[in-house]
Amino acid sequence: MEVRELICINCPMGCPLTVTMDGDRLTVTGNTCPRGEDYAKKEVLSPTRIVTSSVRVNGGTIARVSVKTKTDIPKGKIFDVMKEIRAARVDAPVTMGDVVIADCAGTGVEVIATKSVARA
Amino acid sequence: MKHHDIVIVGGGPAGLAAAVAARKAGISDILILERDNVLGGILNQCIHNGFGLHTFKEELTGPEYAARYIAQMEEEKIPYRLNTIVVDITRNREVTYINREEGLVTIRAGAVILAMGCRERPRGALNTPGYRPAGIYSAGTAQRLMNIEGYLVGKEAVILGSGDIGLIMARRMTLEGAKVKVVAEIMPYSGGLKRNIVQCLDDYGIPLKLSHTVVDIHGKERLTGVTIAEVDANKNPIPGTEEYYSCDTLLLSVGLIPENELSKGAGISLNRVTSGPNVNDRLETEAEGIYACGNVLHVHDLVDFVSQEAALAGENAAEFVKRKASQAEADAAADGEKRKNAATAGERAAEDGERKKTVTASDTEEDAQPTHADRRGHANVIPLIAADGVRYTVPQFLETDGMRDSVTVRFRVADVYRDRYISVYYDDQLISRKKKKVLAPGEMEQVVLTKKSLAEYPRTERITIRTEVE
Repeated sequence: MEVRELICINCPMGCPLTVTMDGDRLTVTGNTCPRGEDYAKKEVLSPTRIVTSSVRVNGGTIARVSVKTKTDIPKGKIFDVMKEIRAARVDAPVTMGDVVIADCAGTGVEVIATKSVARA
Repeated sequence: MKHHDIVIVGGGPAGLAAAVAARKAGISDILILERDNVLGGILNQCIHNGFGLHTFKEELTGPEYAARYIAQMEEEKIPYRLNTIVVDITRNREVTYINREEGLVTIRAGAVILAMGCRERPRGALNTPGYRPAGIYSAGTAQRLMNIEGYLVGKEAVILGSGDIGLIMARRMTLEGAKVKVVAEIMPYSGGLKRNIVQCLDDYGIPLKLSHTVVDIHGKERLTGVTIAEVDANKNPIPGTEEYYSCDTLLLSVGLIPENELSKGAGISLNRVTSGPNVNDRLETEAEGIYACGNVLHVHDLVDFVSQEAALAGENAAEFVKRKASQAEADAAADGEKRKNAATAGERAAEDGERKKTVTASDTEEDAQPTHADRRGHANVIPLIAADGVRYTVPQFLETDGMRDSVTVRFRVADVYRDRYISVYYDDQLISRKKKKVLAPGEMEQVVLTKKSLAEYPRTERITIRTEVE
């Protein structure tokens, strides 16, 4: 039986969660709402994250446009995703929501712009 | 002198939400003054996600959150001036600003909303010994350099202070290929949100050393390293615990200070704990018609609460402007009536004298507007007292005559507490208590006071919010 201590990140409450893994059976305690249980199970079985970063813009009013993965990606893929984001370049103008990378690091997830950058 | 019904100082999250709310409350003549060249304030450089969970029920990045409000501003066609810095605000609501197009301008405002935000506590405030080499940044400065200007500030970093910006920057630098060696926090607990400790430090195996601080800074031209030591209960370094970390960058995330120079200039008293103005439940400062919201009032953790608070300030400022307008209308009507009567009676000369007198009288009254302090003695003003582990409350006063059905009181606790109640007392009468598993100074708490419950205790002289052990 394995026990893991987690802190729920769904809301500012930050409930301290305890996940007990007994073979295939997971029990979560310490949560004060159902979201805590979902989070704990997901965090133990297949943790994911949204990655946010910035990409260099050619000819924009500012040097970089902020970006994010459109949905969460497996936690283990964070650095693969970052490698592609770091190599990416876009030309101004960029509009919020524009796709910067179509399928980032084989995750099937788009990287999109989270702000608009006008041409300088 | 030009007049605007509502002038908002600052176009960040607080200013934007206040403007939108004031417009929805029926005020068309609004002006936002913003010193940066874009609206949105600090959200523009907060490119991480986690914003808007309360307001929009989805997780947005900072720029996306700002864009939602900017879109509403544009929809409502609310005017704003960029690259414009306010240099003075007076108690009777004259606002002086400077920009390149207009030069130095003074305008009159029906109501003013202070939404200037806060700034970072600098190295100079810490008395850390050592030279002043390149490579020492406040965390927010580093954030701007990386996320907007596109510079990697360093390759090996140590972060002093575990405030949210420091935690966010630990992850940001790691993602961009830098090595963050340690986050040192002088307090025995982190000042940041738990989710940030989990997702910014734990995810990347960055150690957080509580009760540790930087005791020496090495390097003359460029930072070469720092010495970190453990501190005792009095925050004094413990000899023999010093550890050397080589690094080219030191980020400071050691607190935020509300930017209240303008408020001080207007003679508005500031709260010693929050460093923001003292306000009533309408978020009105001591100066009548001047409201405050967002980080200039008290430093928040979540922008969602800034937006809520600012919307309230916007609505209240709108109400104030409308009340003043209908008052002026009534006065004018009464004045006109009087003049007509006087003319009929053929007493014009005498009436002129009387009118002059009336004007002088009302002017004096305007100058002597009661402040919170003056009003405190009145039956309808109830001070809110923070006690037993509650460090402060916002608002600091309740004015029951104009009170809404419910008032949200926000506060922070002084230390990390487990299994405590948050209790509300009217004088010595316990009104409500709520059990909390964990309370931490880094996470703002709130209680809601209702008009209904207060009406049951009409003689209440003070309301106390405290933490209690079972």
